[in-house]
Amino acid sequence: MAKRVGIEVSLAISEAVKLAQVDAVAAYPITPQTHIVEHLSELVAEGELDAAFIPVESEHSAMSVCAGTSAAGARTYTATSSQGLALMNEILFIIPALRLPIVMTIANRALSGPISIWNDHSDIMSVRDTGWIAIFAENGQEAFDLTLQSFKIAEDHRVLLPISVNIDGFTLSHVIEPHEFLDQEEVNRFLPEYKPAVQLNPDDPVSMGAVGVPEIYAEAKKCQDEVLKGSITVIKEVFAEFAEMFGREYKVVETYQAEGAETLLLTMGSVGETAMEAIDQLRAAGRKVGLVRLRLWRPFPAADLRAAVRGIKTLAVIDRAVSFGGTGGPVAGEVRSALYSVKDAPYVASFITGLGGRDITVDDFIGMANQAEAMAKANEIHEYKMIGVRE
Amino acid sequence: MENLNVYAAKMAPQQEFLAGGHRACQGCAELLAVRLVAKTLGHDYIIANATGCLEIVTSSFPHSAWKVPWIHVAFENAAAVASGVEAAVKVLQRKGKYPVDRKITILAQAGDGGTVDIGLQALSGALERGHDMIYICYDNEAYMNTGVQRSSSTPYGATTTTSPSGKVDPLGQHTMKKNIVEIAAAHNVPYVATASPSYPFDLMAKVKKAAETPGPAYIHCFVPCPTGWRMAPNLAVSIGRIAVESKVFPLYEIVDGEYRMTVTHKNHRPVSDYLQPQGRFRHLNEDHIAEIQQQVDKSYERLLKKVKMSSIELD
Ligand SMILES: Cc1ncc(C[n+]2csc(CCOP(=O)(O)OP(=O)(O)O)c2C)c(N)n1
Ligand code: SF4
Ligand SMILES: [Mg+2]
Repeated sequence: MAKRVGIEVSLAISEAVKLAQVDAVAAYPITPQTHIVEHLSELVAEGELDAAFIPVESEHSAMSVCAGTSAAGARTYTATSSQGLALMNEILFIIPALRLPIVMTIANRALSGPISIWNDHSDIMSVRDTGWIAIFAENGQEAFDLTLQSFKIAEDHRVLLPISVNIDGFTLSHVIEPHEFLDQEEVNRFLPEYKPAVQLNPDDPVSMGAVGVPEIYAEAKKCQDEVLKGSITVIKEVFAEFAEMFGREYKVVETYQAEGAETLLLTMGSVGETAMEAIDQLRAAGRKVGLVRLRLWRPFPAADLRAAVRGIKTLAVIDRAVSFGGTGGPVAGEVRSALYSVKDAPYVASFITGLGGRDITVDDFIGMANQAEAMAKANEIHEYKMIGVRE
Repeated sequence: MENLNVYAAKMAPQQEFLAGGHRACQGCAELLAVRLVAKTLGHDYIIANATGCLEIVTSSFPHSAWKVPWIHVAFENAAAVASGVEAAVKVLQRKGKYPVDRKITILAQAGDGGTVDIGLQALSGALERGHDMIYICYDNEAYMNTGVQRSSSTPYGATTTTSPSGKVDPLGQHTMKKNIVEIAAAHNVPYVATASPSYPFDLMAKVKKAAETPGPAYIHCFVPCPTGWRMAPNLAVSIGRIAVESKVFPLYEIVDGEYRMTVTHKNHRPVSDYLQPQGRFRHLNEDHIAEIQQQVDKSYERLLKKVKMSSIELD
């Protein structure tokens, strides 16, 4: 039976990984991911999780070891942050091309320099085009649930792609929250044993990672993109099955107070919770403002987003990373592109804020809603605005 | 089969796990060595291969020369990928979830660049963690796949495309070959050896020993590359023999820290016999050659001391 547990979110994620009965974990420590892998190594040492725990000498090797474990047919998990993710970069591209369903938690943290251990989304944005499915959790319960669901999504033979579950470093990873835990029997009913489609096996030898000559490279890439885009169907199916079994509902694009709204804020990650408070205050003051929370970053849920913002006048996109020299925050750029050909598309304001651990307050969200409405009214041509920065 | 310096092809296993028709250059000793390794390991093994000549010439999609399971991920991480395969097979077999319950040998293979330079960290990590696997470095003494650039395994005085012999700087490579064999041995792994396809039975015996040794084994295999060394393709095997006969590349093994020569010669040839047929050394003058002779003698003496130390019985 499900039980309610007050526990640090990092540990809840490790417990979800344990319940998924992974076969292999390879990881390298980096703040704020450390508590997740420390707890996993403890679970292995205590015999609570029967898995290989491989304490590698770098993140580049962490992802390379994961490639090896997954290719050999092991359910594989890792976690990292920031510089660690950057060091994995080369291998991140190869994992989806090899169709290896690895699950990775990214405790989102700013990239150097200057070095910063605090939260923003510059790490995940830097690996946007690696071909991984990227999901955002907003609170501990979501992190726990999405971790379990990720294995099922990744390992579906229609998908066979790696997934990153993104949680905000410290502001989510290190807080203690109540979680509804599932028990082993419930998880087993939901998540079947991993059956690899191909596997390194001397009785049935395969060559994985062959040279892609010009005659096939483009086809291989097209194929990969089709599979990634198509994974949204499986993601929705798994969300629906989870909701049916355990009563907690997930959508690729979530909305809050969006009914009848003229202005919507759009966030990813744990700041959504603060944004909701701002929405409550604005609604109480009679303003028609709501919230869109993007749960799925890759594949980008363009159709669901279009449906969510249909008929509104103003969309204020809040980014937590800079696309240097670009025309907006990375999320705003994507949103604008998804809405460009839509008739009567809303005005899209791009705000960049909350970099390197800078707080985003309720008042900041109210301010951004106000600014976005004024900019829309004046049809102000802008690229992006940085909020809460001393100039 | 040790110390059999004769070609007795009938004594080698008939089975082939590396198919013909791959795209290696004529006379490539790297592929010759790989073929011998593949024969020795037989059916039950899995390869993690680094980027480099070997990967390129054997895996051009939709073709593959490999009759055993084979994975290539990137250039510098063969040791890490192999670590993962080893850990996974072990845990899956323990949990009864792997389709084969026989012992599977895990082999990582890479060139000298993928080992002594960019792959050194991953190799060190894998050796230190003690995975039960074999790592073979096929040392052709440069980055051949990208057009013969220097590596830290390129020998003193050799020209490559990034250590050329010029008017101001005629020498070629300025540094001595990195002693990766000692570096591997310093990880206290149970088995380390040098090998050469010019001594096929010595090579096969070492591969067999490495496979039978629990824990990590490192084999450094000397593979003449006619293309990169600028010599005739038909010299690849004989130059490998001359390398041993001239003490340039001694064949030995380190078992649990104890050194032992596996091939010895009474009369050593001068290094000039080794240098002369190779275009990459053609620019060297007599002083250079004398200097190389000195270096080779000194390294060999140092190695013999270790061999001697190992043979002393301590009570
Ligand atoms: C990270 C990275 N850097 C550089 C390269 C380019 N590269 C591919 S193979 C190679 C050289 C391989 O040399 P070596 O390992 O000695 O193998 P060989 O081809 O000589 O057998 C280089 C530099 C690469 N593929 N990846
Ligand atoms: S370049 Fe050298 S190592 Fe590469 S295939 Fe040709 S002969 Fe072999
Ligand atoms: Mg080389």
